[in-house]
Parts: sequence; C-alpha cells; structure tokens
Amino acid sequence: MTSSILQTAVRLLMPLLLLFAVFLLLRGHNQPGGGFVGGLVVAASFVLYSIAFGVDAARRALLVRPSTLLGVGLLVALVSGLPAVAAGHAFMTALWTTVAAGSMAIAVGTPLVFDVGVFLAVIGVVLTIVFTLAEAVLAEE
Amino acid sequence: MSSAILHIAVILSPFVAVPVVGWAGGKRIVRSVLPALIAGLLAVYFISVLIIVGSSGPFSIAAEWAPTLNLSLSFRFDGLSALFATLITVVGTVIVVYGTKYFEDHRDAGKFNAALFAFMGSMLGLVLSDNVIALFVFWELTGFTSYLLIGFEHDPPEARRAATQALLVTGGGGLALLAAGILMLQAGGTAQLSELAGKGSLVADPVYPGIVALVLLAAFTKSAQFPFHFWLPNAMQAPTPVSAYLHSATMVKAGVYLVARMTPIVGGTMLWSSTIVIIGVITMLLGAGRAMLETDLKRVLAYSTISALGILMLLFAIGTPAAAMAGLVYLVAHACYKGALFLVAGVVEHGTGTRDVTGLAGLRRAMPATALAAGIAAASMAGVPLFGGFIAKEQLYDTVRLAALPAGWGDVLVVAVVGASMCLGAAGLIAGIAPFWGPSMPTPASHDVSAALWLGPLTLGIASVLLGLFPSLLSEPLALAVTATSGSTSGGNLALWHGFTITLALSALTLAGSVGLFTYRGRFWRIAWPRRLQTEHLYSKTLTALDTVSSRLGPLLQSASLRSYVLVVVLSAVGLVATTLAMNRVLPMVRRSTSVEFHEGALAALIVAGALSAAFARSTMAAVLSLGVVGYGVAVMYALLGAPDLAMTQFAVETLTVVIFVLVFSRLRGFGDLSSTAVKVRDALVAVAAGGLVTTLVLFIGASGTTSRLAAFFADAAPRLAHGNNIVNVILIDFRGFDTLGEITVLVTVAIGVRALLLIGRERGR
Repeated sequence: MTSSILQTAVRLLMPLLLLFAVFLLLRGHNQPGGGFVGGLVVAASFVLYSIAFGVDAARRALLVRPSTLLGVGLLVALVSGLPAVAAGHAFMTALWTTVAAGSMAIAVGTPLVFDVGVFLAVIGVVLTIVFTLAEAVLAEE
Repeated sequence: MSSAILHIAVILSPFVAVPVVGWAGGKRIVRSVLPALIAGLLAVYFISVLIIVGSSGPFSIAAEWAPTLNLSLSFRFDGLSALFATLITVVGTVIVVYGTKYFEDHRDAGKFNAALFAFMGSMLGLVLSDNVIALFVFWELTGFTSYLLIGFEHDPPEARRAATQALLVTGGGGLALLAAGILMLQAGGTAQLSELAGKGSLVADPVYPGIVALVLLAAFTKSAQFPFHFWLPNAMQAPTPVSAYLHSATMVKAGVYLVARMTPIVGGTMLWSSTIVIIGVITMLLGAGRAMLETDLKRVLAYSTISALGILMLLFAIGTPAAAMAGLVYLVAHACYKGALFLVAGVVEHGTGTRDVTGLAGLRRAMPATALAAGIAAASMAGVPLFGGFIAKEQLYDTVRLAALPAGWGDVLVVAVVGASMCLGAAGLIAGIAPFWGPSMPTPASHDVSAALWLGPLTLGIASVLLGLFPSLLSEPLALAVTATSGSTSGGNLALWHGFTITLALSALTLAGSVGLFTYRGRFWRIAWPRRLQTEHLYSKTLTALDTVSSRLGPLLQSASLRSYVLVVVLSAVGLVATTLAMNRVLPMVRRSTSVEFHEGALAALIVAGALSAAFARSTMAAVLSLGVVGYGVAVMYALLGAPDLAMTQFAVETLTVVIFVLVFSRLRGFGDLSSTAVKVRDALVAVAAGGLVTTLVLFIGASGTTSRLAAFFADAAPRLAHGNNIVNVILIDFRGFDTLGEITVLVTVAIGVRALLLIGRERGR
C-alpha cells in the first residue's frame, strides 16, 4: 500500500517533527517537554515514515539500528552519573556549570546528558518493538 | 595511603592480568613467558612481604569499598596470610610454566591461563582479606573459578558434572560462611577479623554455637572433609595442572586456613576442638584407606589428599602453638610433595596415554628426569629421613603424643595417625615409584617429555629436599604464622634430628609399614568400596529433591499466562493497599470546595463510556478504538488540569499504541467469546475492586494536605537546586534520576525481550 499523498506529507513533516523533538528535549528543563516525550516524537515520526515508505526504508533513514540506540542510550544515561563519582559525590549527583552565551547565562549539567540518554533509549525501545513487529507481520503475509 | 593502594593493586593484579594472559597474541615465546613472568613477580613480591612481616611485624591496609554496607577492602599481612600468599604464588608460578607446556597445542590454552589467574587472584584475596564479608566474596570467587578450571575439558559430561558438583558443595559452604560472617558482625560489632580477634573470643555470645556450625560447614566443604569429601575425587576430571594447584596445594587448604584464621575468634572451646578433631580423624582414616583401593594415579592422590586434609584439620583443632607449628610444616611439605606427584601423574599421562598404575612400570628409562622428581616426592610423602615429609611427620607424631586428650584416647589417636600415615606413605610409593620401577610395560604411547614439564615437579621435589635438609630455614616464617593463629610465639624448633625418641621409633615403624603395604598393594586393589558407605548419594538425593520441589513449584508461579500475572499483580496491590487503608481507618472524603465545570464532566463521561465500551466490545477493532477514546480522553484531562507534560506523553503513547495494535491486528482472534461467564464475573469483580481502590486513594489524597506540601517543596527546590523550572522533568531526571535509570533499563530489557520472542517465533515458523 503506497499513498503519494501520505508520502509527500511525510517528506514535509519529518524534518519538522525531528526538529520539534529536539526542541522538546532541550527546553524540557524549564518548559513542558523532556527526553522521554522527545524520544516518543522521534519514534512516532519514524513509525509514520515506515507506514508511508515501508520498514526497510525507515530502517535506512534511521542510519543506525534501533538496537544500537538501546545500548547507547542506556550507556549515555549511566555515564552521566559517573562524573559525580569522580568528583567524590554519590553516583548520579547532579553537577552544574554555567556557560555564558552572549548576554545569557545558561546552566549546563549532567542531568541534561542523562536526559539525552533517556531520549535515545526511548527511540530505541519503540522502534525496536515496532520495526520487529512490522517485519514479523510482513514475513507472515 | 599510597602504599595501601599499591598493595591492593598487587593483590588484585591477577584479575587485571586475566585478559593479558588469556588473549596474549604474538609469538609463542610471548605467550609462554609472559604469564610465567607475571606469576613469578607476584611470588617474589609475597616472599619479600613475608620477610617484611618477619622484621617489622604484621600490618594492615584498607580502602573503602561500600562504607554504608560496612564493607571495606581491607587486607592484613601477618605470618599466616603471607605464608599462604607465598605458597599460592610460588606453586602458581610452577603451575603456570607447566600448564603452558601441557596445553601448548590446546585450542583453549589462553582460556586456561585466564581462569588460572582469576583463581590465583581470588585465592590471594581469600587469604589476605581482613574483612569477613570480603573473605566470603573471594571464597565464592575461588569456587566459581575452580568450576571453570575443573570443567575446562568441557566436552565429556562427567567433567561438567564434577565441576557442578564441586561448585554446589563448596558454594553451599560459602553461603554458610556468609551467614557466619553476618552473625559475627552482629555479635562482635565489626566485620574486621583482626578487630574481632583483638576483642577476644565470641564464646560467651548466645549465637556462638551457630557461628561455629556455620564456619565449620564452610571449612569442611571446601577442604573435602567427611561427609563432603566425595567432590574431590570426582574433581579429578580436571586437567592435571588444575588438580596439582587447586586440589593439593591451595584451594582445598582454604578450609584449613579458615580454621586457623578463626581459632583466635571462635576457637578454644570443647565444641570447636572436639568437632574438628572427630571429623578430621574420620576423614584422615577414610581417605587413607580408600587411597589404597584405587589404581588411577590421580584418584590415589586425591584420596591421600583428603586424608592429609583431615590430619591438618586435626592439628589446627588441637590449637596449641606446637600443634599449629606441626600443621604448618605438614601443610608446606604436603604442598611440595603432593603438587609434585600430581604433576608427575600428568607427565606420565602425557607420555604414555594412561594413568592406570596397573598398566605402568619401568618408565625410568623413558623419562629419567620425571622419575627422579617422582622418587623424591614419593620419598618425602613416605617420610624417609632427609626429606621434607619426614620433618612434617615427626612434628605430627610429637604433637599427637603430647596432645591433652581424655585418658586412653591419646593412644587411640596415635594408633590412628600412625595407621593413616602408613597408608599415605604406601600411596605415595604407588604414585611415585610403581610407574617407574620394574620391567617396562607396553603403553598406548611412549615418549619422553620436554623439560618444561618435568621441571615443575623437580622444582617442588627439590623444595622437599631443602625442607628436609635445612628445616631451620622455615622456622622463622612458620613461627610468624603460628603467632597469627595461636597468639603465642613459642612454636618449637624445627630440626632434622631430635635424638632417639619414641617419635623416631614411630617414624621408622610407619616407613616399614608403608613399604609393606606397598609390596602387597595388589591385594587391596581387588577390594571394592561398598556403595552403602559412600556419601555421594546424599548429594544426588538432595539434588533430586530440589528438582522435584521446583518442578512442582515452577508451574504454579510461572503459568506463562499474561492474564493470570496481571490478576496476581492487581489483586496483590489492591489487597495490600486496602489493608493498609483499613488499618489506618482511612475513608474517602470529598472536598466540598471542588467544583466541576461542564466540559470536565462531559469529558469524564466520555472516558467512562469508552471504558465500558471497551469492556463489552465483541470485536478487536471496537475494543481498540474504545481504548483510544479512554486514552485520548485522559490526555485531554491532563491538559485541562494543568499537566502538559503528562498530556504530551500520553498523546504520543496513545498514537504509538494504535500503530502497534494495527500491526498485531492480523494475529488477534475475535475475543467476544474467549472467556466463560464465570471468568468474566471474576474479572469484573477484580476490575471494580481496583477501580474502587484508586478512587478512594485519589479522594483521600485530595482531601489530605500531602499534595500541597510536596508541590511547595519541588516548586522551591527545582529552580534552586536543579536549575530547572519544569518540576516534572526535574523530578524525572534529577531528583529521582536513579529511578528513571531503572525504568529505562526495564524498557530496554522489554524491547530486547519482544524482539527475541518475535524472532524465535519466526525461526519456528520456518
């Protein structure tokens, strides 16, 4: 089943959705958003892509395997807790520093890294499940 | 502090070396020299530690590990631990050199070295640990690594079975050690062995008998004491270098070490000494007798080792400084000659293809150097003067003769020990003389072996000779170890010549008896040990019983039906929470001030309608759509009530759920008639109970002041401590970040599980 209306819409929507997801991830600390929902949006956009173009195309568009994202996401989340250990605090104690960006001072800390890990892991979880399911169904037909 | 780190680094270095020796690539010379070099350096290090302890006394080092759990990586270098560490690394070096040659062309030679070094590190940790919990950890590590080593040739099922058996028996004893450690920690207030020893014995404590029972259970299983001895002969499935290292020189002596180490803490009572003496004597006689009935070289040595371990237990249980001294001399001498004989058995098997002593004779012509090493070791084991075993036996007899025992029992003990020693001597001659003496016999193969193989046993043999000729060399290090276990310094002097005493007469008698038994060895081989007298069936019965229990219990707990799991989870939650609420007399309360807007009410009605429709739907499509109504309705509710984060997440999840449903659609049966009416009624009751409980909770929480307090705290703390204004996200990734880490780990595991299940399904489908 291919629909050129859906395909065209997806082509236009994909960049916007991905951008929106990153936006959600980054602003999550102060406004509604965060790594979890950001990850869901990315996953949803690739699911949409797979509906429009097929699972194989979606896998190619993702560039990395979903299972890789599982591991990398978990690893990033885990590693974000280690600087605190090196600094002599308990594991996952938040460390913050302020970065001057023009006239603004932005607080940057290890929880942001952790959120990126959550973001990647959520993408990996959803896409691993959906892609595998879709392929299983395809294999049956 | 820096020197403490250095010492700890050295103790743990065998673990670091595991990948290096396991996968050392390059030229053969690198592969064979590197492991030997590492082991040799460790040996030099611990010999110098022994010297330092001798000159400036024992010392401790410590580094925090998990301070909240009362765990520290603390190591104590005293005479006892340094002596054992020296033994472990010196014999270890010999084994590494031998093993590299033994497994020269083996495909898993690297794995062998890796496991061997892991074992060496565990063993060093075991003898050097000053913390009883750390001692337990290393104790179990020796069990795990010995499992890998015994089952190294893992193709034959007997080898795997023997490895599992050794693991279960010694590992079970290890658990007893953990329990003993916890009791000691509670009774003595500290887990540090040196502090416990300094405080005096725990004898007065009410849990004292429990501690003794648990410690001895650990020691007896590890050191193959009756009735747990059966695992050691079975473990002869291990490659010979492993038997020589684990089953004669090091691991099986861990139990003896434990007894020596615990004597200052829990020893000195009738309960302690008499239990060990009785078990030790039974083990000594049993091992010595059965050694005479075996014809497999390694099994002869295994049973004689069991007997020697019984003797060691006996000596350390007597507890006097002189007895401790005798025990240590015996231990060192035994490690030398028994290690050598095991290695010789390996060489013989390597050169001839068999290790059945009835088919071996006259090998001295084919392998002269090995014959020399074997002869020395056998002479030492038989207690021929000028060899190490002679010194050990003299000390043993002296101690036993002078031991303070109830009247009459002293003579019985002397007779028992002399009898066992005769058998042991004969066993030594069978293993070390019989294969090499007499006219040659045809064997499956026959060739001499390279120097790397006979060098090991010869080195240990020479050590035996040195010990026999210059026993005073060992006086000082052993006296240090005696101090550590008995608290006294006067351990008696080691000397070659004590004058014409009763002890000397007994030694001569033993030697004559050994030669006599050796001469008529063929008669014993015809005796079969009655099956009824074996304790191994206790092990198999226990395993069978456990299997029966788990095969009954398993299906009860693991029904593999998702519905029953959900039922159990929901019912447990409802039951526990409802009980708590009832006990605290919590009643649902409605806050009068709550006003409901019209659109909120309409939305709630829509959600309820969706839920009812889902419950009564007779087609899959209708059910999925109804659930979608519920999900999106809840999401809108979140948005209305000021929880945009939850709303967004809920929307995304609902959307993805629909996609997943569409994908699995084709596999779902129409479920209108899946359940009987009774099941439906049951499910309805459970659903109503769960819903009622949640409603009660929500009303209660709304009426109590808890919500506002938490909200106020997070509203204040989030920007101040976590630099964020979005409380929800700050809680998720910072305040409760550790929970989130756990949750994403669960999610990732689920994803892997789903993928695995689907792929398995596809494989089966083909």
